[in-house]
Amino acid sequence: MTEHTVRAFTEELEALGADLTRMGGYSEQALSDAVTAIARRDAGLARTVIDGDKKIDELQREIERKIMRLLALRQPLGRDLRQTVAALKLAGDLERIGDLAKNIAKRALTIQEFDPIALTRSVERMGKIAVTQLKQILDTFASHEVAGAVSVWMQDEELDEHYNSLFRELLTYMMEDPRMIGPGAHLLFVAKNIERIGDHCTNMAEVIYFLETGEDIGTDRPKAVDPVMPPLPPSPNQEPSS
Amino acid sequence: MTTFSQSNSEAHGEVQVGHVQQTTGILPGITAKVRARDVNVFYGAKQALFNVSLDVPDASVTAFIGPSGCGKSTFLRCINRMNDTIDSCKVTGNIQVDGRDVNDRAIDPVVLRASVGMVFQKPNPFPKTIFENVAYGPRIHGIANDKQGLERIVEQSLRKAGLWEEVKDRLHQPGTGLSGGQQQRLVIARAIAVNPEIILMDEPCSALDPIATAKIEELIDELRQNFCIIIVTHSMAQAARVSQRTAFFHMGKLVEAGPTEEIFTNPRDSRTQDYITGRFG
Repeated sequence: MTEHTVRAFTEELEALGADLTRMGGYSEQALSDAVTAIARRDAGLARTVIDGDKKIDELQREIERKIMRLLALRQPLGRDLRQTVAALKLAGDLERIGDLAKNIAKRALTIQEFDPIALTRSVERMGKIAVTQLKQILDTFASHEVAGAVSVWMQDEELDEHYNSLFRELLTYMMEDPRMIGPGAHLLFVAKNIERIGDHCTNMAEVIYFLETGEDIGTDRPKAVDPVMPPLPPSPNQEPSS
Repeated sequence: MTTFSQSNSEAHGEVQVGHVQQTTGILPGITAKVRARDVNVFYGAKQALFNVSLDVPDASVTAFIGPSGCGKSTFLRCINRMNDTIDSCKVTGNIQVDGRDVNDRAIDPVVLRASVGMVFQKPNPFPKTIFENVAYGPRIHGIANDKQGLERIVEQSLRKAGLWEEVKDRLHQPGTGLSGGQQQRLVIARAIAVNPEIILMDEPCSALDPIATAKIEELIDELRQNFCIIIVTHSMAQAARVSQRTAFFHMGKLVEAGPTEEIFTNPRDSRTQDYITGRFG
């Protein structure tokens, strides 16, 4: 795309993109390290993730400051407007991903006090899927390839399914051996956090799709049936009154 | 008085358009207040407008945007035949207001311009009193029968233009003594006084401060209930604030027209995108 007549405007938008890329890099690293910390029972790595979250939060505030400035001084329109609003939303999702990774790292510290559970490997597998999704969505942001966003958007079902089967397995373990309830509950939260990270990746895919095309991605995304939260029965209000 | 849209409107049916239109300016399925098809304008040998086809709906504000010299004012001036005043200017194509060809020989441009009022960049009140500025049009067009009728029209017009409260105690002082923003509202009152169908505004706020601009914009928003308003503006923010539809002109061509929100968030044409985001112009 050609430059703005006011070059500082182009530079400010580029700086915003660079900050976001950096923030994406930090979040991706945090998630990947948190998952490794669980799998390898690595307390040092878990602490690095916990301490590193401040950096991500700080970047988010910096991005928000830049966006406020841009809106006030430049009044972006068209794609520039979509880019600015998208940056605000993406920074929010990345910050949440950072928080969830930090929470996983905290649980990694707790879990290591218990005996190893075979299921950490399932959690690790799930974590790796989330890392791949996050990486893919960040690549999409950098390359402006809409196809990548659509692909991540369609993939979320996979994580949901993993979470559901892990939930069932963990329940079985915990019922068999009450000593497993502590670490089992922690792992369940870890899995839930990873599943949420998948949701944030889906959000980001929607935002990037809108940024690149100006259109909404749609509504007909495949969804896994959640055994924990089955679909709600129809509301009595929706029934036709006699 | 015979208004422009009342006189022999049955004489002219739909104009056949010989080829498929490329622009997005045509609104299928609605009765446009202004309907332009394949409008070309030449100033001597130089062509200023190329095949502009555009529908402008009634009771709404349509903004024309584009860099200087893009043809937006030229097109605006075709609608009430202001280009007639330029000798070297030649207009081809078809422009209809309420289904009537404005370039029909039978049309009196003076009657047309009462029906299609115009407000310019610089407020241009007559060097007369505030009252006379507004009363002049209704008087020459024979809209008011007596003194009371005329006074009523003057008051109503000034009220509609949001100026009455500020000038009711000094109606017989010169209009030129008002502030710039008041003068612009006076000129709008003068245009309203002759019962126009359409009000054309050519950068009506570019000589005004932000407060006076806000008052005019508020006024435009009120007037759109009853009038078809077309505004040419260099301020993208103003186009976004006041209009429901926006048309983007570039180098004499209508590049894109559509709902204002769409033009400013998701324009289809890369030239529109470049212009609204400040990448050329």
